[in-house]
Amino acid sequence: MNIVVCVKQIPDPANPGELDPETHTLKREGKLILDESDSYGVEMALQLADTAGGGEVTLVSMAPNSEVSGLRTALAMGAAQAILVSDDALRGSDALSTAKVLAKAIERAGEVDLVLTATESTDGYSGTIPAQVAELLGWPSLTFAKHVEIADGKAKIQRQTEAGFDEVEASLPAVVSVTAGVVEPRYPSFKGIMAAKNKPVDEVKVADLGLADDQVGWAGARQKITDVRDAPAREAGEKIEDDGTAHERVVAFLEQLKVI
Amino acid sequence: MGIPKIVVYAESEGDKPATSTLELLTKARELADTVECVYVGTNADALAGSLGEHGATKVHAVDPGDVLPGIVGAAALAGLVASDAPDVVLFAQSYDGRDAISRLSVKLDRPVLTNGTDLKVEGDAMVVGTAIFGGNTLVDTTFESEKPFLAAIRPKSFAAEPSGGAAAEVVALAAGDAGRGGEAKVLERHVEEREGPKLEEAPVVVSGGRGIGSAEAFGPIVDELAKLLNGASGASRAIVDAGWVPYSKQVGQTGKTVKPKLYIALGISGATQHLVGMKGSDTILAINKDGEAPIFSVADLGIVGDVHKVVPKLIEALQAR
Ligand SMILES: Cc1cc2nc3c(=O)[nH]c(=O)nc-3n(C[C@H](O)[C@H](O)[C@H](O)COP(=O)(O)OP(=O)(O)OC[C@H]3O[C@@H](n4cnc5c(N)ncnc54)[C@H](O)[C@@H]3O)c2cc1C
Ligand SMILES: Nc1ncnc2c1ncn2[C@@H]1O[C@H](COP(=O)(O)O)[C@@H](O)[C@H]1O
Repeated sequence: MNIVVCVKQIPDPANPGELDPETHTLKREGKLILDESDSYGVEMALQLADTAGGGEVTLVSMAPNSEVSGLRTALAMGAAQAILVSDDALRGSDALSTAKVLAKAIERAGEVDLVLTATESTDGYSGTIPAQVAELLGWPSLTFAKHVEIADGKAKIQRQTEAGFDEVEASLPAVVSVTAGVVEPRYPSFKGIMAAKNKPVDEVKVADLGLADDQVGWAGARQKITDVRDAPAREAGEKIEDDGTAHERVVAFLEQLKVI
Repeated sequence: MGIPKIVVYAESEGDKPATSTLELLTKARELADTVECVYVGTNADALAGSLGEHGATKVHAVDPGDVLPGIVGAAALAGLVASDAPDVVLFAQSYDGRDAISRLSVKLDRPVLTNGTDLKVEGDAMVVGTAIFGGNTLVDTTFESEKPFLAAIRPKSFAAEPSGGAAAEVVALAAGDAGRGGEAKVLERHVEEREGPKLEEAPVVVSGGRGIGSAEAFGPIVDELAKLLNGASGASRAIVDAGWVPYSKQVGQTGKTVKPKLYIALGISGATQHLVGMKGSDTILAINKDGEAPIFSVADLGIVGDVHKVVPKLIEALQAR
């Protein structure tokens, strides 16, 4: 079974995010890392390929400046190869343009049975890309999976809902978006890290994918950030150390609020 | 004055419209001359009264059979856009809403703006407000595409208020061709049992984080306090990921947004992704043993202390009343 995992490479979320003062988009210079949310998709893919008795796990990523750090992490976990789309023309791309690029890159990967993504990225969290990619490919999409099984040419998932979960199924090829916690991602082993250095990364440009420059980037986005401002801050109130009687202060507070 | 027509992608909870749908209708009727709904399901008649009361004049209802609703919704909406040319289609940032807006954006080749917390009309333009960096920065984005504009709005961004309108007229809408998308079938639904009020609607929310120490502590500490205050219990993602409580309890960026009268955070550090889901509460009370925890920066009352010491005494005091 051949599986593609879409993995986003993002600025380290441990550092505070920053907007570019000119374009008002998120700054993505400097080193990028594997979005932790995508490590679940990578692990899921490795396990599903294993259960199916073989097949390749290919990564697909769109990132600026030929970034491969995050891809190397996922390759070290065990993915076989990667397709990286990096092109100045992609600057400013919105969710739909990104989905168009990813769908074309997936087609480039050849015979694919399954595409895995996270439900939303940590830095952009538009949360639309999985179903957009599926629609572009003309495939079914099973979104918000907290459990995934593949059998008899079908994907079957437990899909998170407001009330609990639904069992949902579709024939392959299909796109499945997985939630954090669907599986426990492995840590790359030393051997994995060494092997990852020599795994193939096929770097392509927008034109190689048969997309026109005006379908992506600023032109493709067809939206404009018109204002950025600080939100009104919430004032911190009273803070007390518990000296064994703090619960009495809480009771008084609840009474004052008429909660009790 | 307003824009001519907004279509709202309506969702339900049983035989009632989802609160998020009523919130969208309330805002839509302020912005547009005509507001209509598309609803995927077979019980539109039961919803028509409430949808009408909140501003919809028509409900275009489509039967999904056993296909995932959002996928059918997108195909049906594509048909409605072709025949009725609405200016805007609004979705809740929900599971099915996200499926629907994503697929519709591809069918129409229109960009989407998601995670909205505000909507404005300026002349012929539509502006979507979003809150980023844990809600500390507000960003306005304006569509520059052809209509219809497609936006998904986070629940609890607007208050739902009835306008006294008559029941909406229910008309059948063709399912359209979902292509292979229609192969995504719902086999079975599992509903998790819940006691007490719904998390998003409870007047008091008591949430627990990693600071409660163990899965076993959630019942006696968090659930018990919530019950005594007629509230609902919630959680940080740390303890959802750890498997202590189900995902349905998660508050924050990737969980629920809550705006209760009172939010109580027990052993929660106050990461930006958590704050964004509860900062809109009227009043916030935090108990955390680390006096420097960021949760205190939004708390009206902060107790620097051990939840295992403060909360049992508090529960005892409340039970004694
Ligand atoms: C893309 C993304 C999305 C996310 N979405 C969400 C989301 O929706 N919701 C969410 O909550 N998080 C979310 N997070 C995770 C978030 O960043 C934090 O990791 C998480 O909120 C931390 O949970 P916590 O406060 O329970 O745990 P911790 O950060 O570990 O904090 C535990 C706190 O408990 C205190 N404590 C310990 N013992 C005691 C005691 N005995 N008594 C009192 N206090 C004690 C400690 O001082 C500490 O402040 C997201 C992260 C990412 C990257
Ligand atoms: N630039 C990208 N490269 C690879 N995968 C991506 C990219 N952007 C988004 N994705 C995938 O789509 C998911 C949802 O992203 P988003 O719609 O941005 O929230 C992510 O978690 C990734 O799995």
